[in-house]
Amino acid sequence: MLMGVYSLLSASFFVLMDAVDVAFTEAAVGAGISTILMLTVLAMAGRFENRALHHPRIALFVVIGTGIMLVYGTFDMPAFGDANAPVQTHVAPHYIQQSADEIDIPNIVTSVLASYRGFDTFGEVVVVFAAVIGVLALLEMKSGEASNELAPAPMYQHKILRIVGKILIPPIMLFALYVQFHGEYGPGGGFQAGVIFSAAIILHAILFGVEKTQKAISLPIVKILAALGVLIYGSVGIVAMLNGGNFLDYNALAENDITGQHVGIIVIELGVGITVATAMMVIFLTFARRVGKANGETA
Amino acid sequence: MIDHLPILQVIVPLLAAPICLILREAQLVRWFTLIASVLAFVISVLLLQQVQAHGTLIYSLGGWEAPIGIEYRIDQLNAYLLILVTSISSVALLAAGTSLHKELTERKETYFYVAYLLCLAGLLGILTTGDAFNVFVFLEISSLASYTMIAMGRDRRALWASYQYLIMGTIGATFILIGIGMMYIMTGTLNMYDLAERLPEVQQTKTVFTAFAFFMVGVCLKLALFPLHLWLPNAYAYAPSIATVFLAATATKVAIYVLLRFIFSVYGFEFSFSHLPLQEILVALGLMGIFAASIVAIYQNNVKRLFAYSSVAQIGYMILGLGIGSKTGLVATLLHLFNHALMKGAIFLALAGVVYRVGSVNLKAFAGLGKQMPWTMAAIVVGGLSLIGVPLTVGFVSKWYLVLALLESNWWPIAILVLLGSLLAVIYVWRLVEVAYFRPAMQDSAPYKEAPLMILIPTWILVLANIYFGIDTSFTVGLSEQISGSLFGVAK
Repeated sequence: MLMGVYSLLSASFFVLMDAVDVAFTEAAVGAGISTILMLTVLAMAGRFENRALHHPRIALFVVIGTGIMLVYGTFDMPAFGDANAPVQTHVAPHYIQQSADEIDIPNIVTSVLASYRGFDTFGEVVVVFAAVIGVLALLEMKSGEASNELAPAPMYQHKILRIVGKILIPPIMLFALYVQFHGEYGPGGGFQAGVIFSAAIILHAILFGVEKTQKAISLPIVKILAALGVLIYGSVGIVAMLNGGNFLDYNALAENDITGQHVGIIVIELGVGITVATAMMVIFLTFARRVGKANGETA
Repeated sequence: MIDHLPILQVIVPLLAAPICLILREAQLVRWFTLIASVLAFVISVLLLQQVQAHGTLIYSLGGWEAPIGIEYRIDQLNAYLLILVTSISSVALLAAGTSLHKELTERKETYFYVAYLLCLAGLLGILTTGDAFNVFVFLEISSLASYTMIAMGRDRRALWASYQYLIMGTIGATFILIGIGMMYIMTGTLNMYDLAERLPEVQQTKTVFTAFAFFMVGVCLKLALFPLHLWLPNAYAYAPSIATVFLAATATKVAIYVLLRFIFSVYGFEFSFSHLPLQEILVALGLMGIFAASIVAIYQNNVKRLFAYSSVAQIGYMILGLGIGSKTGLVATLLHLFNHALMKGAIFLALAGVVYRVGSVNLKAFAGLGKQMPWTMAAIVVGGLSLIGVPLTVGFVSKWYLVLALLESNWWPIAILVLLGSLLAVIYVWRLVEVAYFRPAMQDSAPYKEAPLMILIPTWILVLANIYFGIDTSFTVGLSEQISGSLFGVAK
């Protein structure tokens, strides 16, 4: 819970520092999804910690040492918001001044993420995909194994939650789509949209039970979609290469450079959105089925 | 297509991974993975040819010139390591089908291959990129994938080992990220060569110093330098055999590459070795690693753990070579990088064969195996001799250069210590040989058959490579000398 509060606070920090996009992500991922996943894990684990077997003195020593080093490192940093800091004068001016001509979308953050440093973003999508593989490899159960179909969802009795949830789920999904396709104009993009979209599904699973959710979205298909998102992103790069450009060179996608950039960004954001959304669903659903199994065993 | 080689090197395995997940069928996925890996190997060979012919290759991703965008930059050092990683990966995959079939359930096999490809792509991404932040992104891909592979080991302790590695690895990655962040604050750029140009201006600041310290510690965690090696022995011991082969032979080597790249190409030799007592620290830790890990290895009863500790000791030799701070020292490091991958690849593959037939790698289980599995044990013996540094094996070549470098710098006491360290290797290899060849097989069990051909052949490919590169050193030594020369050239 404290972690959720912490994330929400840091999200507000980022807003203060004029990094709205980062704040948005932090709010969606840090305060939203991570807290839910954390709680799911807690539901699986025992209620009390095992007694510690060792005294973490050395660890404390290392942590304090690291802290001192970090503070020491800040002594010569340029002051916060200093217009002459190297960060503001070297590469950033190009992004700020040329982005309008080269990519022509109002949100510069999106143009850096999706085009100038698009390959990093591709890497991050693959990181998410790698996490999915990790969770599936370790926690996936055969379809027959989870047998809590008849058990009602723990939240089903709460009428207010159920009704409010029913009202909220469609708008959340719509909002996710808005964030997805509005990423070039305002803060947003595939990462945030994916997380918000999956939040709607997860809410459904919490309120109505995992089995009911799985009737709507089947896990095998969601898995394939997660892979497909990565492939969509990658294939944009390949198409660019086939058209004679470098990997992820959106200029090569259409006759007109600007159109090419727009097409490229929309398609890769779609890939990001699909992978992130499905990844969150896969992770939550595999976790939740484990919880069902664990409860079944103890009961 | 030749122009696109640098990016193809990475995206072939990277895009093969999601395709594997869609294919699902384990047999299909296995062949597909092998093909992707072999393709990557062919590409890396072509890349080395290109680099030798035309010098450094530069490839701008998304068509944006660095430092605006991200660039791939491949010189001899990258090409050398790319060949190492892709070749070991392909050889290991030859044996993978047979070995994994025994060790994992069919459903998990597919996931293993996907994780394997992701890990391969991550390592290749680190090797090719010329962008500091991109290094971090691909480091995350390879680390996440390797945690997954390790956790899939049959033994329950694999989970614990993987968790330990995950925590240590994440701390390492965070330190690296802090280092990169601070460099960015001080220079405003993430491109390595741009960094190299802009860092000297702000060299004296505390922030750059801190950035360097954090980065180095983070990388040293990843490469398991003593005393930051605690994650390694368990991770190698309990992972599925093929994962051990691949990770032992490549993952730490790539971390050493990152260390070299940042010491020589980004910060420059002058800064790295003059502003900090880095040289003394590296030499001291290297030596301590050699002795402490070798001694611990002597007392191990799990043979996989034994050789894992020996890996920590061998990393000590590599770091020692680097710490000498001379051209010959660097040659020794680069040689040992390559040679150690061959030795450990061969040994762990042979152990995969033992796991396949015997099901255990406890020292006791080896009794009598010398007669029952002659080829497998012979492979381990050759690998062991190579670890010790017996002439006609690759181990001799790299030790020879290391001692040569030490004598060149008039550090003969350390040279004697290195030779003593080799004696320790004699002890732990001998323990295994004694049990396998001179102790009679246990009475109650039926004699074991020789390991299946699909494991034996790749093992012997690596064993023969051990001997071949031990006799004909023109490829490795020649290339290492060129790389060492150019890295020191950059430094001046």
